[in-house]
Amino acid sequence: MANHNIEEQVGIPWGIAFTVSWSGLKRRFMRSLITMAGVILAIAFLAYMLISDKIIVALVAAKDDELNDLLQKSNVDIFASSATDSMMLLLIGLSLLTCLVGIINSMLMAVTERVKEIGTLKCLGALDSFIVKTYFIESSLQGVIGTIIGIILGLSVAVGIALVNYGAYTFSYLPLNGIVISMLAALVIGSGISVFAAIGPAYFAARKQPVEAMRVEE
Amino acid sequence: MSDFIITAKDVTKVYIMGEEEVHALRGISMNIKRGEYVSIMGPSGSGKSTFFNMIGGLDTPTAGEVTMEGYKLSELNNRQLAWVRCHKIGFIFQGFNLIPAMTALENVAIGRIFAGVAPAQARRDAADVLEKVGLGHRLDHLPSEVSGGQQQRIAIARALVNRPAIILADEPTGNLDLKTGQEIINLLNEMKRELDITIISATHDMKMLSASDTVAWIKDGAVERLAGKGEFEIEVGSIDGQTVA
Repeated sequence: MANHNIEEQVGIPWGIAFTVSWSGLKRRFMRSLITMAGVILAIAFLAYMLISDKIIVALVAAKDDELNDLLQKSNVDIFASSATDSMMLLLIGLSLLTCLVGIINSMLMAVTERVKEIGTLKCLGALDSFIVKTYFIESSLQGVIGTIIGIILGLSVAVGIALVNYGAYTFSYLPLNGIVISMLAALVIGSGISVFAAIGPAYFAARKQPVEAMRVEE
Repeated sequence: MSDFIITAKDVTKVYIMGEEEVHALRGISMNIKRGEYVSIMGPSGSGKSTFFNMIGGLDTPTAGEVTMEGYKLSELNNRQLAWVRCHKIGFIFQGFNLIPAMTALENVAIGRIFAGVAPAQARRDAADVLEKVGLGHRLDHLPSEVSGGQQQRIAIARALVNRPAIILADEPTGNLDLKTGQEIINLLNEMKRELDITIISATHDMKMLSASDTVAWIKDGAVERLAGKGEFEIEVGSIDGQTVA
C-alpha cells in the first residue's frame, strides 16, 4: 500500500561475505588457531592411522626377510591384512566426534562473544542471510584449513615413525597411491565434519537481534 | 502529509516479568520535525532507551504507533526494516560498536556494502566520509589503534555514509572525556547543518542540551516535560545550580 518508497533490503552475495569472513579470520588469527587446534589434532590422528596402515601393508607385502624381522620387532602381525583393528576404528571415531563437538562449541562461543557485533551489523542493515553466510564461511574455513594442517602433520608423523622403525625400506616400498587416497579421505572427512558443524552456530548467530547492539557492558 | 519525520502516538510497552506486568512506556506521544536536534533525557530505567529503540525499529510497542516519514514501522517486514536501518537511519552508540577485526575504512565501507554498493565504490565513499570527519590519515588503522574520540568519529562516518535522514545517537558522549565529548557534539552539529539530517539523541550529558532544538524529559515511561530552544537554557542554569548546591 503506502510503502512505495520503502524498499526491501537486498542480500549480500557469497563472494563479498567470503571476503569479509576471510579478512576477519586473518585478524583474529590467534583466536582462530585455538578453534582450529581441535580439528588439527583429530585429523592428524586420522591421517596418521590411515597412512601408517598403508605403509605397513606395503612393507609386509614386500616379503623381505630382513624387513619382516624389523616388522615383528615393532609388533606388527605380518600375517594380518591390515594393521588397523576395531579398537583403532573406535578411537578414530571418537576423535572425529570430539572434533565435531569442538568446532560447534568454539563457534557458539565466538557468536556469544560477538553478540554486540552482530547486533551492530544488523543496525547497519545486515540481513539474517549475511550473518549466516559470514559465520558459516568463517567456521568452514577454520575447519578446512585445520584439516589440511592436520593431514600434513599426520603424514609427517606416519612417515617419520616408519623411518625410525624401518629406515630406508620405508622409501623403497612407499605406497604413494595409497597415501594420496588416505590423504584425500581425511580431507573429505575433515571438511565434511567442519562444514556440517558450521551450520548450527551460523543460524544461532543470525537469530541475534539488532537491539543487542545497544547493550552496554559494565 | 505532515512535515514531521518521526511521530510517536500513544506508544506503550508492557513487559511481562513472571507474574508481574512492567510498564516501561505509558503512552508516549512525540512529533519530531525534519532537521531537528532532539535530546531525550531521563534517568536509567525511565523508559528512555525503550522509546529510543522503538524509533529505530529495534523494538515494537505493545500499543500505539511509531511512524517514520509517514510509514508505520509496525507494518514493515524484516527486509523493509533492514532497508530502513540501512538507508534512513544512522546509528551511533555509547560504546562506539566498531567491528574490532575491521579497519576504519572497512568499518565504514560495510554500511555502504549493505546498501548494495560494489566494494570498490564502497571503499571510495567510506574514505570520503572519513576524510570529512577528520580521519583521512587513519583509514587503515584498527579501532584498537586509535583513541576513543577517533573511534566515535569512525562511528559517525559509518552512520553518515549512506546519507541517512535521521541519526540515532545513544549516549554518544557517554564513554568520552569532557573535551572529546564536546568535539563529538560539535561534529554532529556540523554534519547536521551540512547534510540536513535529524538528530535524535538519548543522553545524560548536559553539554548536549545547548546543541539541541528540543529536549524531552522522560520519567516513569512518560514524557514529563518537552522544552524547545530558549525554554531550557534557563533550565540548564537551574539544573547546574542544583548540582552545585
